[in-house]
Amino acid sequence: MRPVHYWHCFVGIQTREWLRFWQQRTRFASALVRPLLWLVVFAAGFRAALGVSIIPPYQTYITYETYIVPGLCGMIVLFNSMQGALSMVYDRELGSMRVLLMSPLPRPFLLVTKLLAMGVVSIGQVYIFLLVARLFDVEPPAWGYLAVFPALLMAALMLGALGLLIATWVKQLENFAGVMNFVIFPMFFLSSALYPLWKMQEAGPWLYWLCQLNPFTHAVEAIRFSLYLQWNGTAVGITGAVTLVLAALATAGFRPQRTRILGARPANG
Amino acid sequence: MNRACKHLIALALVAMSPITRAEMAYVTNEKDNNLSVIDMDSLTVVDTIPVGQRPRGILLSKDHSRLYICASDSDTVQVFDLKAGKIVDTLPSGEDPEQFALHPDNKHLYIANENDAVVTVVNVDSKVVEAQIDVGVEPEGMAVSPDGRWAVATSETSSMLHWIDTASYKITKNFVVDQRPRHVEFSKDGKTLWASSEIGGTVTIVDTDALKEIKKLSFHIRGVNPDKIQPVGIALTSDGRYAFVALGPANHVAVVDARTYEVLDYLLVGKRVWHMAFNHDESELLTTNGVSGDVSVIDVNALKVTKSIKVGRYPWGVVVVPDA
Repeated sequence: MRPVHYWHCFVGIQTREWLRFWQQRTRFASALVRPLLWLVVFAAGFRAALGVSIIPPYQTYITYETYIVPGLCGMIVLFNSMQGALSMVYDRELGSMRVLLMSPLPRPFLLVTKLLAMGVVSIGQVYIFLLVARLFDVEPPAWGYLAVFPALLMAALMLGALGLLIATWVKQLENFAGVMNFVIFPMFFLSSALYPLWKMQEAGPWLYWLCQLNPFTHAVEAIRFSLYLQWNGTAVGITGAVTLVLAALATAGFRPQRTRILGARPANG
Repeated sequence: MNRACKHLIALALVAMSPITRAEMAYVTNEKDNNLSVIDMDSLTVVDTIPVGQRPRGILLSKDHSRLYICASDSDTVQVFDLKAGKIVDTLPSGEDPEQFALHPDNKHLYIANENDAVVTVVNVDSKVVEAQIDVGVEPEGMAVSPDGRWAVATSETSSMLHWIDTASYKITKNFVVDQRPRHVEFSKDGKTLWASSEIGGTVTIVDTDALKEIKKLSFHIRGVNPDKIQPVGIALTSDGRYAFVALGPANHVAVVDARTYEVLDYLLVGKRVWHMAFNHDESELLTTNGVSGDVSVIDVNALKVTKSIKVGRYPWGVVVVPDA
């Protein structure tokens, strides 16, 4: 295999993901409704018109809307990556995933490329969300939109790998609702997405530590800091390390024959 | 002339110019009895200077050589020499000086004495009190018109603007405004006077020729209780484009189109925003936020708050000293 083959494969998977996005654009549009509801309804009800105290990376007082936008970017990536990764496992016996896995290229490369492709598509949604957020006076610096890209991609890869790992190893989570209740919601609520961590610390030290141990917190902070053109080594380091570990585990553990959907016929049986 | 040559000349000119001091902001910290000095390039506090008890009003002399500081609980006005970097003198001020204004002659300081219901006029050169003028109860705001003809004091309890003729030191007119007038500011062309009423929640704009009200502004911020909207400090741009009104515990500064008197926006700053000052080219406006103990920086062109800088406890007044 020469690099050009890898490149063709990469471009192919990427193109296919965008085609899928275009075909299912109503589904993706509806995926934007969720974070917008949080921004417009939840944040408005919060009534923080008098401002949220200064915390890095912000240089001055901010509205609550401004605070939750990076968390909601994380939310878009979280939902999309989980949904996408689960479908990779459960769809593999049918259709395109099966075709993809027949490729002679190494499986880890195929899986990571697929996760990246899904990540890029959800980042597209994040950018649309960020543009809409500008209408609500959430205006990060112009270069922040560029700087946030690697942070978003890393978050997408981390969460995608986690989704893949969960789908491969936890057989009970056949449907998305289960994943939502046991993985997505705890990850989202026990993070810095909705409240600054000092608030969690006020609520109780164990809550604070749960949030600190949650890799999603660090992904959100990496997004938040890069969006405001500041470097947060801890957040980026933790997110990066967790991404590497999860991606390694997920690709190593990906066994098409290991799990099967209840009622579906195994591919080799 | 080739480029290298031009660069050499430019370099030589820079080398020959005297060492310049960067633009600095001086903030009075009411509860810490000191001044915080902010470097306007880096927007960081670079020095803290102890002054008298409860420093509030702060002014720059017209020749930019000294600062006048109302040390309210020391019952004096202190003179801070900018070159020496220390307090060099005190002026008689009457009891509890809070706000004051310097006449364009750079000589006469008009001080509002809240407890005595008088305005004290001090000659800063001879250090002699030239007059004490009886005004309404609890005088607070003080301004002198750009042409030097009028001194205007506000009395909080009487809710009045007192127009003092600076030639005769007599009150020419008393002008009733909404409850608790706190601050007055003349437009740079001297044609209008802006007066904030803290309890009334309004700003009254007065025509200085006719001594008639032109407009009364009121403020509404979504999600903020109207009781919290208490206008205090006012800052007007020299080009007559904007007026900024500090809204106290509403934690916002209102941006007003100074030509149409329309409120354009509300900018979120720190807690209990009090007084404000522009930098030399009016590209930045600093606000003192008493309760949160910081100074917010507003980008005047973008109308955005760019930074809030921690200073001492209860910052009250601020003045920006241009590059020396």
